[in-house]
Amino acid sequence: MEWVFLLEQVVNGLVLGGYYLLIALGLSLIFSVGGIVNLSHGAFYALGAYLAVSLGPHLGFLGAAAISPVMVAILGIAFERFVLRRFYREDPILSLLVTFGLAMVAEQAIRMIWGAAPLPASLPQAVRGPVILGDLLFSKYRLMMLGVVVCVLAGLWLLLNRTSFGRVVRAGIQEPDMVAALGIRLQPYMTAVVMLGVGLAALGGALFAPITTVHPAMGAEIITIAFVVVIIGGLGSFWGVVCAALLVGVVRGITVHFLPSASEASMYVLMFLVLLLRPRGLLGEPIQKFER
Amino acid sequence: MSNDRTVPARAAGTLSRRAALKLGAAAGVASLGAPAILRAQGAGPIRIGHLTPMTGFLGTLGQWAVEGIQMAAEEINAAGGVNGRMIEVTSEDSINPENASTKAQRMLERDGMDFLMGEISSASALAISEVATRNKRLFMALGPRSDVLRGGRCSRYMFCTDIPNTVMVNAVGSALKRDGMVENKTFFTLTADYIFGHDLLKAAKAFFDANGGELIGDELIATDVTDFSAFILKIRQARPDVVCLNLAGNQVTNFVKQYAEFGLPYPTVGFNLNTADAWAAGAGNLTGTWPTVWYHTLDTPGSQKFVADFQAKYGKIPENHAWIEYIALKIAAAGLAETGGADSDALVEFFETEAEFDILKARKAYFRKGDHQLIQEAYPFSVKETGSYSDVHEMMALGPAVPGADQDLTAIYPTGAECTL
Repeated sequence: MEWVFLLEQVVNGLVLGGYYLLIALGLSLIFSVGGIVNLSHGAFYALGAYLAVSLGPHLGFLGAAAISPVMVAILGIAFERFVLRRFYREDPILSLLVTFGLAMVAEQAIRMIWGAAPLPASLPQAVRGPVILGDLLFSKYRLMMLGVVVCVLAGLWLLLNRTSFGRVVRAGIQEPDMVAALGIRLQPYMTAVVMLGVGLAALGGALFAPITTVHPAMGAEIITIAFVVVIIGGLGSFWGVVCAALLVGVVRGITVHFLPSASEASMYVLMFLVLLLRPRGLLGEPIQKFER
Repeated sequence: MSNDRTVPARAAGTLSRRAALKLGAAAGVASLGAPAILRAQGAGPIRIGHLTPMTGFLGTLGQWAVEGIQMAAEEINAAGGVNGRMIEVTSEDSINPENASTKAQRMLERDGMDFLMGEISSASALAISEVATRNKRLFMALGPRSDVLRGGRCSRYMFCTDIPNTVMVNAVGSALKRDGMVENKTFFTLTADYIFGHDLLKAAKAFFDANGGELIGDELIATDVTDFSAFILKIRQARPDVVCLNLAGNQVTNFVKQYAEFGLPYPTVGFNLNTADAWAAGAGNLTGTWPTVWYHTLDTPGSQKFVADFQAKYGKIPENHAWIEYIALKIAAAGLAETGGADSDALVEFFETEAEFDILKARKAYFRKGDHQLIQEAYPFSVKETGSYSDVHEMMALGPAVPGADQDLTAIYPTGAECTL
């Protein structure tokens, strides 16, 4: 019976990792293309959750979960145009400071608009309850969430690898100057990448709102995990981030099984070990502009 | 990420110049009657340093604390202050024990605060108590619930106003015994991994042992855990009769939402709940019987007036931390009025007389001389059937006060024997 319990934790960890992935992928994309560590990424996650909960009574659960990321993505245009754009060529420490400040401003803004008390949000009855496969038990809702993550992942992979948009973005990651020399303006692509990134974070927020506390500081809770996932996965690597997110989830699950009080520390130990062996992360490629 | 905020004596600021002159004249006349006392007091306001968590896992409770104490300060000042002196409460985010200690030190030594109030975290309260004791200044610990603050770690300068863990266990325990949910039942506990949780687990274990319950699983949960799915799977693996929660703050909300998501059949009970954490979970997630120190449906004239005034001011129903901060400042003001100043030793001596205070409950409360905690009524409350309420604020049904009217208030309290002041 013991191995079944462990297997259950491993699978549950994979599902959890899938959810971390929604947040980490956008963070990684924005970093890879723009060279910006977006510490305000968690704020977009929080905003996604708040909008979804606020719109829920009007649009229904699914409608709100679909509209909220779109609204946040539109906000992303302004974020890219008026904030990020000024920092692509600057010292990374500047963008780090600016986005860190922005994260605090956003948290306080949420507090001013929606109040400091958490917003109540419940899961619709229809998607509650367990799914039992053999000896294993899953949450019905999380399995559905995993489905959404897989679709998003497939869509993003196709977008980056099978379209002309993706070719420019990938070229922009490695050789922004060469892309410019070819007469392609990277800026509209950058805007699109930021929209995509913050939209994914908002989708994560909207999907997680019914099963976590929707409070102003929720963005700060998630950003650390997302950041650790990106670092473990390696910068600029799509599959690296995917592997890292799943690995973090699984390692956490296994730790809860054997040493529950260390569950929150497990991902940091994992990061430490990975960086010790592979300083660029699991699948990180050397990116010219960051190697100086 | 600090969140500093000053709550000045607003009432003084909104007075017209003419009204201020009148007040000044009145004060002048009054001072003729009692010049000696006024000289002893000095002219400035009484300054109270207020530390409470506004960020972190207890951060969502801190806002209620600030609103409650601010409302009390405004009422006291609008009525002319204490002995003619205004009360000025400065609220800051205590963040964690290290920060709480540093800020307490700064408030007493540099900012010139007369004494300290506040806190929800038992760990931070201990840190502040050490600073206050070193400086020989009063610290009123308003929200912390660890028994140890009233036991082995009590202090001459610390007074605790919330109900301790033992009382919470007893308040719920009586309801559980009535429903036959303890004897020969197996329990799985989840416990917040800091001093408060450890302390509560100890009280819970003592209760299980005394009443024939069996503990078959017990997990310590770090305060920053937000995903409980892995722990929920462990509960299912253990298959207990009852899941018992000794969690704190956001942990409660997160667990309750995710437990409803997984839909396990084992009933939950809990030995700690703040109403805001229940509201935050939303309708249809929380079940079971829980303890509380106060709830807004408490049917006493004082409580109903407080609820109405709070709603008029802030446009929302007050949570138990708003209430406790409100009555605590009123208690402090009574002490200030009685001792004629803000001298900590005089206040300590006054509170130690076991003077009774109206805390808007059916029975009055007092600080017990031996361990400096407020002896008062507590209540169990249960979650109503889903669908029987429309507003999430109405999700709980308040039970009768414990101890019963015929019993001594100390019947549900720890003896206080471990405390040497």
